[in-house]
Amino acid sequence: MLRLPPFRYHRPRTIDEAVGLLDRWGSRALPVSGGTDLIPNMKHRLFTPDHLVSLRQIPGMRGFRRDGSALMIGGAETLASVARHPEVLRRFPSLAAAAGQVAGPQLRNMGTLGGNICLDTRCTYYNQTEFWRDALGYCLKKDGDVCHVTRVGKKCVAAHSADTPPVLMTLGATIELAGPEGRREVGLNDFFLADGIWNSRRKPGEIVTRVRIPFASRDSRAAYTKLRQRRSIDFPLLSVAVSADFQRSARVCQIMGVVTALGARPRLLTGWARIALGRTLSTDVIEALAERAHRQCHPLENAIVDADWRRAMVPVQVRLALEALRPSAARAS
Amino acid sequence: MSDTPRRDPALGDLPLWADSGDGSRPDSGAGSGFTLIGRPQRKVDGLAKATGKAAYTDDIALPGMLHAKILRSPHPHARILSIDTTRALALEGVHAVVTGRDMPVRYGIIPWTPDEYPLCVERVRYIGDGVAAVAAVDEDTAIRALALIRVEYEELPACLDPAEALAADGSDERPFIHEPRREGRNGNVTKRVQLSFGEVDERMAGAEVVVEGEYFFEGTTHTPIEPHCAIGRYDENGRLTVWSATQVPHYLHRELASVLGLDPATIRVVQPPVGGAFGGKSEPFDLEFCVARLSMATGRPVKILYTREEVFYAHRGRHPFHMKYRTAADEQGRLQAVDAEVLLDGGAYASFGLVTTYYAGQLLTAPYTMPSYRFDSTRVYTNKPACGPKRGHGSVQPRFAFEVQLDKLAEKLGMDPIELRRVNFMGGNTRTVNELRVTSNGFLECLDAVEKASGWRERHRRLPPGRGLGVAGSCYISGTNYPVYPNEMPQSAIQLQVDRSGRVAVLSGASEIGQGCDSMVAYITAEELGVPLEYVRVLAGDTDFTPVDLGAYSSRITFMLGNACIDAARKLRRKVQEAVAEDWECRPRQVQLAGGWAYYAPDTGRRMRIARAFNLAEARHGTLGATGWYNTPRDNHGDYRGGTIGASPAYSFTAHVAEVDVDVETGVVDVVRIWVAHDCGRALNPLLVEGQMEGSVYMGFAEALMEEQIFKSADQGRAGLHNAPSLLDYRIPTSLDTPEIESLIVESIDPEGPYGAKEAGEGPLHSSIPAIANAIHDATGVRMDRLPFSAPNVWRAIQEAGGPKALAPPRRRAAPPPEPARVDRTTVGVGP
Repeated sequence: MLRLPPFRYHRPRTIDEAVGLLDRWGSRALPVSGGTDLIPNMKHRLFTPDHLVSLRQIPGMRGFRRDGSALMIGGAETLASVARHPEVLRRFPSLAAAAGQVAGPQLRNMGTLGGNICLDTRCTYYNQTEFWRDALGYCLKKDGDVCHVTRVGKKCVAAHSADTPPVLMTLGATIELAGPEGRREVGLNDFFLADGIWNSRRKPGEIVTRVRIPFASRDSRAAYTKLRQRRSIDFPLLSVAVSADFQRSARVCQIMGVVTALGARPRLLTGWARIALGRTLSTDVIEALAERAHRQCHPLENAIVDADWRRAMVPVQVRLALEALRPSAARAS
Repeated sequence: MSDTPRRDPALGDLPLWADSGDGSRPDSGAGSGFTLIGRPQRKVDGLAKATGKAAYTDDIALPGMLHAKILRSPHPHARILSIDTTRALALEGVHAVVTGRDMPVRYGIIPWTPDEYPLCVERVRYIGDGVAAVAAVDEDTAIRALALIRVEYEELPACLDPAEALAADGSDERPFIHEPRREGRNGNVTKRVQLSFGEVDERMAGAEVVVEGEYFFEGTTHTPIEPHCAIGRYDENGRLTVWSATQVPHYLHRELASVLGLDPATIRVVQPPVGGAFGGKSEPFDLEFCVARLSMATGRPVKILYTREEVFYAHRGRHPFHMKYRTAADEQGRLQAVDAEVLLDGGAYASFGLVTTYYAGQLLTAPYTMPSYRFDSTRVYTNKPACGPKRGHGSVQPRFAFEVQLDKLAEKLGMDPIELRRVNFMGGNTRTVNELRVTSNGFLECLDAVEKASGWRERHRRLPPGRGLGVAGSCYISGTNYPVYPNEMPQSAIQLQVDRSGRVAVLSGASEIGQGCDSMVAYITAEELGVPLEYVRVLAGDTDFTPVDLGAYSSRITFMLGNACIDAARKLRRKVQEAVAEDWECRPRQVQLAGGWAYYAPDTGRRMRIARAFNLAEARHGTLGATGWYNTPRDNHGDYRGGTIGASPAYSFTAHVAEVDVDVETGVVDVVRIWVAHDCGRALNPLLVEGQMEGSVYMGFAEALMEEQIFKSADQGRAGLHNAPSLLDYRIPTSLDTPEIESLIVESIDPEGPYGAKEAGEGPLHSSIPAIANAIHDATGVRMDRLPFSAPNVWRAIQEAGGPKALAPPRRRAAPPPEPARVDRTTVGVGP
């Protein structure tokens, strides 16, 4: 079995206490909630913090709460509870679907929504043991200066591999970050950066305390599809989140698509409004949207799965997701 | 030295059946009065394992035990210039460091190809090769110490491709991975076998149809849930005990003595419960030598537990096979000639490779009549973890290629593929073209069973596009007639010992690795001695206390240990019958032992408790015990160099039908259902047989669709670096991915097997893979001649065929095919 590096484990009772501990220990500390991402990464010596500050027992980071016209979910709520919460299932079925497709049941019982949003990027050259990375000669993201994926670039292309963020983006969600300088609200659409080494605007020492998802006011639908080798366990090789608002005549009045697991951040698909606004989601429109997505997505060899195939699957997955939005289709699942 | 163990013709036949005491042959056929045999039973160790109470090797903690770690090579091929261990030794908590120089003795599971050291001495040959080992107070200290060992390497060119390995010349640019054993030879060739039977070229030339194909079987590994683990304790009396998660305690015993230079009588090997092996624990590994040597150095017990990554490096899994086949048949579909060329990518060491190279050709000659056959099989070294035996050793890959060849042949001839197989059925009590003796053969019943259960005749070639059915058949050995090292002693043995309470102890040398051999001997003992199953205790896998059995490999245990157990139990039963007969003043054969009682057969109202019967026997004969053994028939092999390899006392037979649903747009293959029929001779416990069949189907399906033990190239960052040594990225199917499996047991009642039983643990894997390949063809018209049939690979094949719209799955509109030809089945399942 791989050994964990030694660390001290702190169990603060409040958000302020947690932020204080993280601030106090600085770069020697990391927050941990379910640990389903961090603990394996620590075993791989990708992180060797002296202090872990646990968030899961902080009451202020738990719970589902209605706040005006939005649902607030605590950052330390488990993915299992998000996947089966009645309010999530009723109002945001694509979020329930995404949360319910993370890893396997045991990991969803531990892993949290906040943790999934902050999931470290993944790459075949990075998520490996110390021995393996040493034999490789390390990589740009950790301990080395070469990217083995692009071979020339100085930019890390490790893949954003979380299931819930693309869905939260299509739902217009915001997150609250708490740090030593106080709390701030960030829209998830502005949260991610195209840098695989640190792919978000979260500063070290900041934690995701809650997620706010506005209720949709019109006839709105959203869907999520995930491509992976197995029907459980695996991270996405490609995933697609879509949402659309419809007018009474089933014509699209707003549409949005996010593709992820290709590069360092979820990619917001462009040019969709011009294709779809004012039209119904006919087969032709869906094909045009899928084709548009295909042109924008270029998977890299950051996963051990044929990049050409992943690229060819982009329009297929987009089409599947969009078909689930059709008024005739069942609510997205 | 010859490759084939010598046999002693003077020894002649050993009795195949233990004398049952009354001159009768053992029962055969259903309803023959067994009380336990043939009925579903629990495994004797089932509850302990299911409830987490079984103590595996890593659960053992001894007082004062140290923990060790092995330093591994980061280079695929390099010369070791120097190793400096001083800083590691100086670290607080470190007790000892050993390197290759401390154990400079070559070993190898096959006596003719010893090419490994416990730790590398002069050269490392793959990324992960062991170089030094540290024993410390705990694992963390040992890990810290590893980082303090300085190894100076001189890197050598690495060779990953078997074709390149063949082309090596021993120069600095293209060095051999091992020194040639003979001057002028290619040191990269572990073994080459060229055998030819019958007139291949003539028959090929005169055949109606010839199908040629090229196939590739990707390497796969075993993925047992329990990583390898060993504890060594060298005690105050100079005795060495090694506990190990091994499936070959006897071979480990021998190799420990040889490498460490110890008297084998001072070494004890204990095999605790093993959490899966599948062939991956069939030979000694570096950790076993290291814990022993480190314990000798420190005087304290030492444990090593592999990480999952190390399990991938230890490997010994399925060889990647590059295969070329030419298969010829006449207009009726009868096989005329088979010509095969096989290149095995062996990795860095020989392991069982000599045998694998033979098996790659030898085991293909049943269940079909093959009038002529030639194969040319070569195994080469490459700078990757060594390949070895995995469930269906050496014969799963050629079986894949060959059964796809048969499917192509049937297509060319316009024949139903099941019909083609029927036409070629070889029958029972015959010899194969390469002179293997085949006795019981239930292959036709297997074909019938899967044909019926799958609705083949109504559905094959008739399903909607994207859906398809495929069939394949196979055979496998029930052990090998000749042991790994030449000797004339029994291959398997049992000792029984009886308590006055009625409790019977079974001392078994065999290795319980989850397959159920401890349970099997308990069933047999209870059946023969008439004691309740709960009265039987099995002690197994302890070389100090149990007789020698050669190990859990080549599907040998049920056949050999089962016969040994019957032998021992019947000797004991005879004593009990005699004693009771004396008391009842009747003949011994009128005493029956069953269900905890001794009965008077003519009037079963007359009976006594079994403990009382045992007491009478002990009073009459003295302390009760018996030994029993089994050795293989010695006239059962081909009369040519290598003709002993592949010879088995009995062969099992299997047929599969797979149903697939292929998404032609994405290439995703959904294996909906697999029907598997397996001729296991007799199902001693049908529950365990079904379990073995399901496990085999699962493993075959996993290899067919997902598994790839592959390595990065230099272009991908580092030549020879394992692509993904973790269970996250080396994908095996979850329960959600696994097809519905329908297991159909066929019983041919083997004349020499225990109660007629043959193997069930490996055979049922083989034909699952070609059945899936053939089903994909039925669904799409696309041939998958390379494994795995992962979505990207199937998608590519479909793209190369012109894309989803261009696919033309073979479809038949006419009425179902005519009734199968009559085949004489009287030969099936009838003993000589």
